Amino acid sequence: MRLFRILLAHELRMLLVSPATYIAATLFLLVMGFVFAGILETFTAAPQEAAPAAVFFQLFWLPVFFMVPLLTMKSIAEERRLGTLETLLTTPVSTPQVVLAKFAASYALYLALWAATGGFFYILVRFAGQSQPIDLGPLLGGYLFIAVSGTLFVALGIFASSVTRNQAVAGILAFVLLLALVIGTRFAGTMELLKLDSFAGVKAAVDYIQIFTHLEDFTRGVVDTRQVLYYLSGCTFALLLAILGVEARQLHS
Amino acid sequence: MPEPAILVRDLVKAYAGHPAVREVSFEVARGEIIGLLGPNGAGKSTTLRILTGYLPATSGRVEVCGIDVAANPADVKNLIGYMPENNPLPDDMRVREYLDLRARLKGLTRRHLAPRLDEVIHLCDLGRVRDRIIGKLSKGYRQRVGIADAILAEPPVIILDEPTIGLDPHQIIAVRNLIAGLRGRMTVLISSHILPEVEATCDRVVIINQGRVVAAGSPADLPREWLGPPAYELELAGPLEALPALLASVHPALSLVPSSAPPGPEGFAVIRLAASAETPDLRETLVNTLARDPRFRLRGLTRPRHTLEDVFLAATRPKAA
Repeated sequence: MRLFRILLAHELRMLLVSPATYIAATLFLLVMGFVFAGILETFTAAPQEAAPAAVFFQLFWLPVFFMVPLLTMKSIAEERRLGTLETLLTTPVSTPQVVLAKFAASYALYLALWAATGGFFYILVRFAGQSQPIDLGPLLGGYLFIAVSGTLFVALGIFASSVTRNQAVAGILAFVLLLALVIGTRFAGTMELLKLDSFAGVKAAVDYIQIFTHLEDFTRGVVDTRQVLYYLSGCTFALLLAILGVEARQLHS
Repeated sequence: MPEPAILVRDLVKAYAGHPAVREVSFEVARGEIIGLLGPNGAGKSTTLRILTGYLPATSGRVEVCGIDVAANPADVKNLIGYMPENNPLPDDMRVREYLDLRARLKGLTRRHLAPRLDEVIHLCDLGRVRDRIIGKLSKGYRQRVGIADAILAEPPVIILDEPTIGLDPHQIIAVRNLIAGLRGRMTVLISSHILPEVEATCDRVVIINQGRVVAAGSPADLPREWLGPPAYELELAGPLEALPALLASVHPALSLVPSSAPPGPEGFAVIRLAASAETPDLRETLVNTLARDPRFRLRGLTRPRHTLEDVFLAATRPKAA
């Protein structure tokens, strides 16, 4: 436990001193800022069905697809390429501690970036005058969805980084995995094959893993513990695979 | 007698049918400095990785300070300070920062941390670069950071893979002195190609070729074992036909090595004499005998020792499969 805390503190410190972190943060906030401004314009033009917060979070996949691979691709792949993974693993730390520390640091950065977007909503409330433009419910639900789903997305990124020594391959693999998870499951949900009665069980399973459905439920204030379980168990599974990935490469290097 | 610091018995490591290490066995006593020599691809780095618990062996027994590496890899990590080949270091940290992190990972408590860091930085002569970023250091300094990291927690066993590679002669001497200073307190295992370094620093040497141990012994004994007793080399002018009789009068075991090399322009030829292993040092007797003999003029006499390089080349000569 003590070693995990030392590793985590080190990872966080390295993130904070690295210029890449701040460049990524600036770009992320720039993009999300434009999205937010675009949403406000749409809403001032004509009244919409959904709350602005819900629409904002519906575009969660945009930063997820680009930020998560960028944040996580370096984590294990770079250490393997430099050879510092060998010096790390010959100290008393264990492989799970290393993987978890890297995951926790990347996840903390991911949360911090999303938390910064809260600033947009704050600015809106501050300058909106007498009316109450923001419904707190969908906002909190949206951020909760980001926090919960983030565990799985970041874990997938860490896994992608653990199976290669090339950062670019890690980034692309993470991107593809996330794409398959978010968009792929949506396509699978619309397949004609699943409308057959004999596939009812499979359809139920595919419906369960629809990420966009989870988003809708969260922003409507419905926090389904089964969905939370889906993300947390997926996260655990991905991290287990990452630990195996680090050790397997050791065995066959 | 305490158990040996390192015990390797019939170690085998095979990668998908290709055997990298084939039944390697050797022992290292406590406080010894031992060199592991071998051509590239001989299996040195693989053996060292197995010793540190980083790679699992295919079969065989490896013990560090009596603890089985395969059964207790976590315990063994506390006993070993390791510097891998190419000395990988993070390029974006400062020297002091990096050593601080490594010290804490290896279990140094806060109270001992700062004094030990200062001690190691002083020992490895890193005082001038303690706040510089590792990526900006020269190779010599980087190597010393790697060694500093290995000795940081004062482990009983230190394993250095190619510690002097790429260093200039000044830096090599600095590292050599550093390592020699550890003798007795810690057991040091060095893997290297740089034979004069190994000869100067190590108490014993193990030569590995194609995954097998082909020679083991001290740098003084190995040349005698492999290449026979040292010969004498004379630069002599005079009637060489009369030489065997003269040599017989000096010592019965002394013999002339036949050579077809003609004498040089001034009449001096290089003569080699062979002796058996038990003959004492005959240099003084030879000088006196030849000087008193009016037929011969002596210009030089040496006793060239075979070096470790000669042993290495003889032991690792490529064999027909």
